Amino acid sequence: MNPTDTVLDSRLQEMAPESPGSPRRMVLNMGPQHPSTHGVLRVILELDGEIVTKAQPDIGFLHTGIEKQAEALGWQQVVTITDRMDYLANLSNNLAYALPVEKLLGIEIPPKAQWMRVLLAELSRINSHVVWLGTHALDLGAMTVFFYCFREREDLLRLFEMFSGQRMMTSYIRIGGLALEPPRGWDKAVRRFIRELPAKVDEYEALLKENPIFLRRTQGVAHLPLERLLDLGVTGPMIRAAGLGWDIRKAEPYSSYDKFDFQVPVRQESDVYARFLVRLEEIRQSARIVEQALDGMPEGPWKADAPHVVLPDREKMKTQMEALIYHFKIVTEGMRVPAGEAYVPVESPRGEIGFYVVSDGGAQPWRVFMRTPSFGNLQALPEMFEGRLIADTIAALGSMDFVLGDVDR
Amino acid sequence: MLPAHLESLPTPAAVAAWDASALTGGSHERGELVLWTVREKLVDLCRFLKEQRQFTRLVAVTCIDRYPSEPRFEVVYLLHSIPNNERLRLKVAVHSSDASVPSVCGVWTGANWYEREVFDMFGVRFEGHPDLRRILMPDYWQGHPLRKDFPVHGHKYSYKDE
Repeated sequence: MNPTDTVLDSRLQEMAPESPGSPRRMVLNMGPQHPSTHGVLRVILELDGEIVTKAQPDIGFLHTGIEKQAEALGWQQVVTITDRMDYLANLSNNLAYALPVEKLLGIEIPPKAQWMRVLLAELSRINSHVVWLGTHALDLGAMTVFFYCFREREDLLRLFEMFSGQRMMTSYIRIGGLALEPPRGWDKAVRRFIRELPAKVDEYEALLKENPIFLRRTQGVAHLPLERLLDLGVTGPMIRAAGLGWDIRKAEPYSSYDKFDFQVPVRQESDVYARFLVRLEEIRQSARIVEQALDGMPEGPWKADAPHVVLPDREKMKTQMEALIYHFKIVTEGMRVPAGEAYVPVESPRGEIGFYVVSDGGAQPWRVFMRTPSFGNLQALPEMFEGRLIADTIAALGSMDFVLGDVDR
Repeated sequence: MLPAHLESLPTPAAVAAWDASALTGGSHERGELVLWTVREKLVDLCRFLKEQRQFTRLVAVTCIDRYPSEPRFEVVYLLHSIPNNERLRLKVAVHSSDASVPSVCGVWTGANWYEREVFDMFGVRFEGHPDLRRILMPDYWQGHPLRKDFPVHGHKYSYKDE
């Protein structure tokens, strides 16, 4: 027998001990290949008829050991693997990693790079939220919204490709600034997309808000009070839909977010519908931020003046001995980060993401701990499921908006 | 004992006034506050911080392996107070010969998965945890992957054994 089989069996027996239960009682495996879990998540459900009496999430199917790999890579190389954990908000991940490392290095990032980072992080929030909205609506039986949202996603992926040459794994934000200079004509393409977006969001809203099935399946479903959510470690739109207007972009501004004017949407109901409304409003606010970033984009360099961290320009390298030496040192040895540790939280589309970075002064991180929002949010799953109908579990799962790569890392 | 340079900060001062022996050190660098405590005081200190200093959020629990030096492990608690907009890192040093700390699941429910993850990855035990099992690795896995003496490619592919 495969060792995995024994483990699975023992877990099931734990859920359904031999004591005689009612004939209505059964144990059901939801996942790991269930379409509505959007990744490999297994939830063991104990049912009484159609009511969930106990839910036990089983995670780790997608565990890739990213934190271990980070200890074996150079500082700059780690950026590329942060893309892989949350593939819907990779630019937020890049940013969340770059900030604490830059804090340890003590380098200053030029304004243009800061504003570009804000712009890209907000585009990636829109990207994440439209994918969430489309798939969540699809789970609840509304198919049109899915097609519309993926149409917008395609436009966004084209924009990302324009910047970085990659559609999903962009790695565009680097320690010290950006990977490349923004391409010519990029602002026109972003502006066109942002100009058309609000009307499209209105369209999604109309499609779902006037859909009686969607309303019946989301209003009053998967309610949890704010105190419970905080105690369980939940962050992001889920706590904002429970009445707490806490957003890291406002509370602890990073990357010049304090220069932007936007609102933090808050709802009181703390149900699936409230989470839907909060995220929808967040798309609109992100569009506002992108617009402001385009209008006020500062001129100047797009990477920091830090020769021991950032590769010199090609021309300089050909003509200046110093530049050639730095280039050689960075490429062969990698950059060195002063010993110490730093943690900088960032507001990702799902909540608080933060990299706790520890350096021993070498060319590789000593430890990179990734505090991911999905892992914290998923802990609320059993309490959201228990005592509710099995059909409501799909709505509850969707409303949490987790990415399994972000949970398992 | 509270280090002198932290006396002016409200949270370390409040902790020192509550129980001076709960703190064994600390630092305040780059705007980040770090406090060191001991195992025996950990749970009471966490409860004090949650109830009296409004650290209602446990952001995460993690660990650093300082192999080969001793004490080998640093168990790290990242705390956040929303009303005071304040962050705090609480640390406990643990020797490899007795790698265990008391669980803080009774203070914050959300500690549950984070402590399981530290147990899974580093092998540090959390006494009093309601369900201390592996969380990311399969149950039959041997060793703790994030320990520094665990090879990146895994024991399974080690050339030494062949």
